[in-house]
Amino acid sequence: MEKPRKATLVAKAAVLSVVVLAVAYPLLGVIGTSFASQTDIVESTGLVLWPDHPTLEAYRTLFTGGVVLRALLVSIGITVVGTVASLLITIGMAYGLSRRDVTGSRFMLMTALFTMLFNPGIIPNFLLVNELGLYDTYAALVLPTLVSAFNLVVLRSFFMNLPGELFDAARVDGAGDLRILVRLVLPLSKAVLAVISLFYAVTYWNAFFNALLYLDDSEKWPIPLVLRTFVLQGQSLGGTALGESTAPHQSVQMAVLVVAVVPILLVYPFLQRYFTKGVLTGAVKG
Amino acid sequence: MLLLALPGLAYFVVFHYVPLLGYMVAFQDYQPYLGYMHSVWVGFTNFTTAFAQPAFWSAVGNTLQIAVIQLVFFFPVPIGLALLLNSVVSERLRRFVQSVVYLPHFIGWVIIVSIFQQILGGAGLLPDVLGSLGLPRYDMMSDPEAFPWLLTLQMVWKDAGWGTIIILAALLTIDRQSYEAAAIDGAGPARRLWHVTLPGLAPVIILLLILNLGQVLSVGFEQILLQRDAVGPGAGEVLDTYVYYHGIKDNDWGVAAAVGLIKAVIGTALVLGANKVAHRLGHEGVYRGADR
Repeated sequence: MEKPRKATLVAKAAVLSVVVLAVAYPLLGVIGTSFASQTDIVESTGLVLWPDHPTLEAYRTLFTGGVVLRALLVSIGITVVGTVASLLITIGMAYGLSRRDVTGSRFMLMTALFTMLFNPGIIPNFLLVNELGLYDTYAALVLPTLVSAFNLVVLRSFFMNLPGELFDAARVDGAGDLRILVRLVLPLSKAVLAVISLFYAVTYWNAFFNALLYLDDSEKWPIPLVLRTFVLQGQSLGGTALGESTAPHQSVQMAVLVVAVVPILLVYPFLQRYFTKGVLTGAVKG
Repeated sequence: MLLLALPGLAYFVVFHYVPLLGYMVAFQDYQPYLGYMHSVWVGFTNFTTAFAQPAFWSAVGNTLQIAVIQLVFFFPVPIGLALLLNSVVSERLRRFVQSVVYLPHFIGWVIIVSIFQQILGGAGLLPDVLGSLGLPRYDMMSDPEAFPWLLTLQMVWKDAGWGTIIILAALLTIDRQSYEAAAIDGAGPARRLWHVTLPGLAPVIILLLILNLGQVLSVGFEQILLQRDAVGPGAGEVLDTYVYYHGIKDNDWGVAAAVGLIKAVIGTALVLGANKVAHRLGHEGVYRGADR
């Protein structure tokens, strides 16, 4: 093919730089500002990219307070328990339905897939959670989003694409279904399981509306709800030593944001290379 | 084998099918202390009540306006970005850009809205810069006129990068020979894009459009809920927030459930309809997948 013209190359480079900056600037700015002192904030416009007088004061304020720390623990708990539960049930269902020769499996699959078409909506979900006695319990943050039909399809089609000879060989050796799953299938599926775990974990970590809807007691709040009242609505954090703290208000707000994003930033680089595989086995092949 | 699938099946039945019974409330004068069994049945009164409210029609109008703006101004962005990324020759550069642009997908709405508040909000970067230039300090986040555009901008920031994954994969499936043949026939880059690339992407684009239609009436619920109060219900109320505020907040259960039911039925009809149209046009659409 012919060589692209110089003007085209420059234009492309310019667009890509703008795109990368548009994503990176706000994130770096939030991190920078969380370490900024009062002087840095007064001197800069908007966010502080590189504080000249960095300080950990904002984080000290957060972690002596209790509200943020407790919310973090709640979020971590929900994320860990939720992700493990979701994974176990999704794996079971995907594996159970991965053989087409089993009667009833098609019907069960359609039952799950059909839920992608409609969403019961806020009121019926709320009434159900109430009826089940889950209102104002942590279970209300996990059970209603336990299995994602999308993840189920991804995992099932991955299992179905594993070479059938492996299963035959294992069966000849006398291994049962469960043994095959644990010894053979799961070790071969590490990549796709990693992606699905990430999807589940992120859903639980970011869960905002369900928490707003189902939790009454602010002592039980996970981090997104604390973020909303403290950063978006600008209310003070009860129980923190904010009054006596020397940290600027904006730095403390940004520190809460950082605390809420950091877990995602930490796992992201390790799982990133599996995305395409994970998204595509489900989306393209259906 | 099927035993392993039972817990999952139970989940889908309890949390996706059983709640549908809750729509009984749409036909009742539901009182929580009476429950489903003892609340009075009122037929379609809840529906006519909703239809008589200007607030309902305002929510419908806002929902449609936001949906259309998102469809026109968000939907093409990942396609454009994917084409751009695909044309980058350097593997390392492309990987780097991809890692950066996928990231915001995993950040929750509360965090994203907070970040936008720092940039565009009243005390944020943009008003500061405008102010120092001697211009009026414009606060986009509390301007009702700008609300749909603000939402679209945030969506682009969050998901445009993520949306490229599926487009990039579809680009890989286009036969290289078609490009070479077109080039030999004298087609320049623009014509190759039009005659080879876009037809090659058509099935994926149609699939994404159908999936989008199913979500069209939801127009980013959490995102809007978080920002509704800044612009007021006049511009910020959509069908889902209407249901939330009227039902959960004001205990007007029957009317809220009726509106939710209308929304759910139209949403499902849109997906099924769009899928049918796609079949007619000779594309595969969404549902064949399951029995593959």
